[in-house]
Amino acid sequence: MVENRPLTAFLTHLVLILGVIAIALPVWITFVASTHDALRMNQAPLPLWPGDYFLVNMKQTLFGSGLSGTESAPVWLMLLNSLAMALMISTGKIAISLLSAFAIVYFKFPFRMGFFWMIFITLMLPVEVRILPTFEVVANLGLLNSYWGLSIPLIASATATFMFRQVFLTVPDELLESARIDGAGPLRFFFDILLPLSRTNIAALFVILFIFGWNQYLWPLLITTDTSMTTIVMSIKQMLEAAEQSPQWNIIMTTALLAMIPPVFVVIAMQKLFVQGLTETDK
Amino acid sequence: MLKRVHFPTSALPYLLVAPQIIITLVFFIWPASQAMYQSFLIEDAFGLGTEFVWFENFQILATDHHYLASFQRTAVFSVLVAALSMGFALILAGFAQRVVRGAMFYRTMLIWPYAVAPVLAGALWVFMFNPTLGIFPYFLEFAGITWNHYLNGTQAMALVILAAAWKQVAYNFLFYLAAMQSIPNSVIEAAAIDGAGPARRFWTIIFPLISPTTFFLLVINMVYAFFETFGIIHAVTQGGPGTSTTILVYKVFNDGFVGLDLGGSAAQSVVLMVLVIAMTVVQFRFVERKVAY
Repeated sequence: MVENRPLTAFLTHLVLILGVIAIALPVWITFVASTHDALRMNQAPLPLWPGDYFLVNMKQTLFGSGLSGTESAPVWLMLLNSLAMALMISTGKIAISLLSAFAIVYFKFPFRMGFFWMIFITLMLPVEVRILPTFEVVANLGLLNSYWGLSIPLIASATATFMFRQVFLTVPDELLESARIDGAGPLRFFFDILLPLSRTNIAALFVILFIFGWNQYLWPLLITTDTSMTTIVMSIKQMLEAAEQSPQWNIIMTTALLAMIPPVFVVIAMQKLFVQGLTETDK
Repeated sequence: MLKRVHFPTSALPYLLVAPQIIITLVFFIWPASQAMYQSFLIEDAFGLGTEFVWFENFQILATDHHYLASFQRTAVFSVLVAALSMGFALILAGFAQRVVRGAMFYRTMLIWPYAVAPVLAGALWVFMFNPTLGIFPYFLEFAGITWNHYLNGTQAMALVILAAAWKQVAYNFLFYLAAMQSIPNSVIEAAAIDGAGPARRFWTIIFPLISPTTFFLLVINMVYAFFETFGIIHAVTQGGPGTSTTILVYKVFNDGFVGLDLGGSAAQSVVLMVLVIAMTVVQFRFVERKVAY
């Protein structure tokens, strides 16, 4: 700070604390809802202070039948499905982007730029604009209701390829020269030199992509009809629909809490990598 | 683009790009071209045959007042989401960059909503605004406002805008904060010596200097509001009441999967594709300028 004025300093902290409260309020209310029993959650006004049913709700949500009166998979299975999908999407994206960036930067071959532009085009085709035909392709390939169908159509990535291309371009040429003099082939160079050099970039990207994968909604909604393949994020919508008949907000909000804990934890625990990943991929 | 020193041509690079290219072809380019092709077809009423009609689907769209209304609604929705979340983020970042002690704490507490899925953001807000039980309707009642977003289209729109903006504040805050921290301290100090107070420094020095970031965030927020808010709409209002929150992305989904109007839905997809391409071009032109800047 340039000058030292106690009043401005006070004002600064006041505004920031109000901002933090405003941002956290929806989640606080969710948390409070997950700590009361169903009876209390049906009386207006709803509580603003936690009760003591948190563990009971947690247990019923995770291992019980979930929402009574609905046919759905247990929540622990949904969490596992989400985890599998998020991990497959993030590692898949990183793996294929590393390989294609390596090919584009370190090899001269016919159609190199053609391939580059083809990857670039994927930036302009989000799932939302090609919903129906992509669904048909996946259905024809027999990938509905499978982990492959959940992840593979989403793992092509222009941003990840660009980012790795950027990273590879900063690697000094001398490294390749000396590697070649020492008799290393392309794959050896890739695994022993390029991969270790881009370790932090891979980690940063992984954080972003994990969140991206975990939070997928429209895609899993379309291609999973089998309840055992439901992901936690898409289950919320079904629960909200059920809530219109029999509101069990304590269970719904406990599920919502469980659905957001893993990605939020990743952001907070790996904040440095998260910020790096976000600013690197979105340039 | 290419390294000065590189490996000799062989089959290897083709193998390396193969996974990415195959997935791109099968799941991106082929479906997109299918959407384009279908947008030229009209299915007859019984679904027995299709007819190639050139641009008739687009002509129908251009004269369909439901579609035009949805276009307008999407524009209002995305401008308000962008303005609300960017304004809020700008204020918070402006104060946060002045803080020395506790800076890390504030940053952590303000960026985590990035990780909340849009549909979850929708669920949290729909719970807070539940007409019979929610906290906000309870307090609004005292102010003489009856809240029911299941019946009132304006209130439904306000609710999805709030939920969408809430989630996006984190992202905007992070980029604004980074932009402000990259302004050299000497500039700020010089202004302070000339007698400019904090507010004046903010509007005459900081805000103009971060205008490239504002522009970048504007594009990103528009893309977000256009495409990624599907989950919020789907969870909170399902486009309703009536069609008062049916934005373009929701309409494509609804006409295609629920209404089964393949040609019309495909034509809408093509329009959306053109919009994404336009936004991406704007974004990339901007990046080039930033490099020179």
